[in-house]
Amino acid sequence: MKLEDFQFELRQLPGAVAAWHGRVDAQQWRTACQQVRDKGGRLVALWGTDDHDRGEAFAVHAALVVQSGLLVTTMSLDGLSFPDISDIFPAANRMQRAIYDLFGVNAENAADRRKWLRHAAWPADVFPLRKDFVTHHLPGATGNGEADNYPFVRVGGEGVHEIPVGPVHAGTIEPGHFRFSIVGEGILRLEERLAYKHKGIEKRFEGMTLAEGVRLAGRVSGDSTVAYSWAYSMAVESMAEITPPPRALWLRALLLERERIANHLGDLGFLGNDAALAFGLAQFLRLKEDCLRTHQALFGHRYLMDVIVPGGIARDLEPAGMERLRREMAALEQTVSLLKSIYDEHAGLQDRFINCGRVSRELADRLGLTGVAARASGQAWDMRVEYPCVPYTELEVRMGSHRNGDVAARVAVRFEEVFESLRLSRLILDRLPLGACATKVPGVPAGRFGVGWIEGWRGEVLVALETGDDGRVARCHPHDPSWQNWPILERAVLGNIVPDFPLINKSFNLSYSGHDL
Amino acid sequence: MNEKPAAGAIADWEQSDFTAYCLLLTAYYDTMYQLLKQILVTGIKTEPYPQADEALRVAAGRLRAEILESFAGALTIRHVDAGSCNGCELEINSLNNPYYNLEGLGIKFVASPRHADLLLVTGPVSRHMEVALKRTYDATPEPKLVVAIGDCGCTGGIFGESYASCGRVSNVIPVDVAVPGCPPTPVAIMQGILTAISLSKT
Repeated sequence: MKLEDFQFELRQLPGAVAAWHGRVDAQQWRTACQQVRDKGGRLVALWGTDDHDRGEAFAVHAALVVQSGLLVTTMSLDGLSFPDISDIFPAANRMQRAIYDLFGVNAENAADRRKWLRHAAWPADVFPLRKDFVTHHLPGATGNGEADNYPFVRVGGEGVHEIPVGPVHAGTIEPGHFRFSIVGEGILRLEERLAYKHKGIEKRFEGMTLAEGVRLAGRVSGDSTVAYSWAYSMAVESMAEITPPPRALWLRALLLERERIANHLGDLGFLGNDAALAFGLAQFLRLKEDCLRTHQALFGHRYLMDVIVPGGIARDLEPAGMERLRREMAALEQTVSLLKSIYDEHAGLQDRFINCGRVSRELADRLGLTGVAARASGQAWDMRVEYPCVPYTELEVRMGSHRNGDVAARVAVRFEEVFESLRLSRLILDRLPLGACATKVPGVPAGRFGVGWIEGWRGEVLVALETGDDGRVARCHPHDPSWQNWPILERAVLGNIVPDFPLINKSFNLSYSGHDL
Repeated sequence: MNEKPAAGAIADWEQSDFTAYCLLLTAYYDTMYQLLKQILVTGIKTEPYPQADEALRVAAGRLRAEILESFAGALTIRHVDAGSCNGCELEINSLNNPYYNLEGLGIKFVASPRHADLLLVTGPVSRHMEVALKRTYDATPEPKLVVAIGDCGCTGGIFGESYASCGRVSNVIPVDVAVPGCPPTPVAIMQGILTAISLSKT
């Protein structure tokens, strides 16, 4: 998809991401999506804004992937509706429903217009992200008392019954509701009901200074704090038209790869445990703990929260720290290789992994699977390879990939990515530029728009940011790859048995908080 | 056994130590050998356990001494994420890694509030989790304890109170101990749990 093929004006956004922004009308809104889809592009995010405070109307925005990079289309609405695109990009379904719950603007003629983010915390005729919304909260009181009657799709037939699971789960995981329709043990249908963790993050961003916002961005999904704080900082730097010093950018990449390693190690442990190999959990969690302790010692936080800030990074890496990292990574690589050979050869484990929770290449493509799960289903998407920012432009990332799309494939890709991230980390340490690790961020004028786009460990994280009159955050939309992948989990479990659900779910390991906002 | 084996594996077996046992397995189960060897090489990683910390207590003396005594050494915990960013969940999961080895204290996580003595609650309580948290609390049999985890659990944290968030855990259910931190370290969480089951010194 070439940029000149679009029938509207495009403006390149400054900054690290290859991104273009264009204003479209209702017809172009759909045509642009269709053009992108026809050429194999994808939908990254879809969000709304209320621009009444600057004399405009509601608007919807779509971030699309085209050959040259990221294309953001913005459509100002005449009324309270916009054209549905969920027939083009199925992932748009829940995003459009979320836009309705927050702004009260509808996707016209969409097949599914059930509420999504709203349960009972606020009434159906109140829209929290409208500028005229009054925070009439009463701590401890549940909205207007309306029960959350969500119309699940019922499966009929002899012997079919439902198992409701959650929101409080049996393990130490986040809350959400799963409604299984089953016959015997086989899963006929799974329907998710999320947004239990909706805590008003987008509203909370409004009015924060750009510097304050990064702390909140780093807590959209705690396990991806590096990806979010980098994406947010990237958006600020784009608006302020500054570039952080090279050393800061290289260290950010080091942090991002460390976050990927730590999370993949944890997942590999839990995947072994969910297939009854407690040895795997003990071993991988030990390795993860070693990484976390190194983070605490070198960067002051076990999960690297608040290290990346607009303009650079808040904490430089000392030469002694580099030595420690090198030593630790050499040992880590050796142990993970050994554990991989045990996982690969362990018959009981492979019996549970192989052919479990398959997502075919075709399904992944049609529904828009993203991130590590997509790469396990033959989708060659990795932003570090295709749309690299500094320093990935100089690192030549080798993309992990697999074709089978089952739990075994998602395990295999995680192993590949751990080794690749170790290789990249070593390259970064070898070639780390000297110099300052932060630059000053000037004030940003009102009405600026910026995006940040980062390949986090789970998938691509996008942050779209707009400034208001006082140079503060007017609107911030953080987008988690879980939006794309949650609906596909519903498909991955079909034909599997209920006891395999925890394993399949873990192999995706999606974020509830990042999705529920 | 009347008949003594002529020679070979079983005779060797009787004389062998654990390493030889591993070597015997090698012939049949290389994977199992690798696995056992790795367990041996890793060794025991568990570190000394921390002490209770009175500063974390927010409500004193709700339970009698003899009840607390029965909790010590056999405590069951139900974790409830009431709206966190999932950072605290990462650290709660760390409690079961070999370094912290929470189960070594006789403290374990259970799958149902019906089986639990203590609720470990994270997050600002989102309005959408308010009912579920109250129901989980009600489903936990008396006597019971509640430990709120993280800055958000203690004060509402960065998310605060809003149309979607009830803020701190104690706005929704009674809390005995609150552990600050973003997220609190596994040691701090352990201290919080140990404080909850120790007798108040104030």
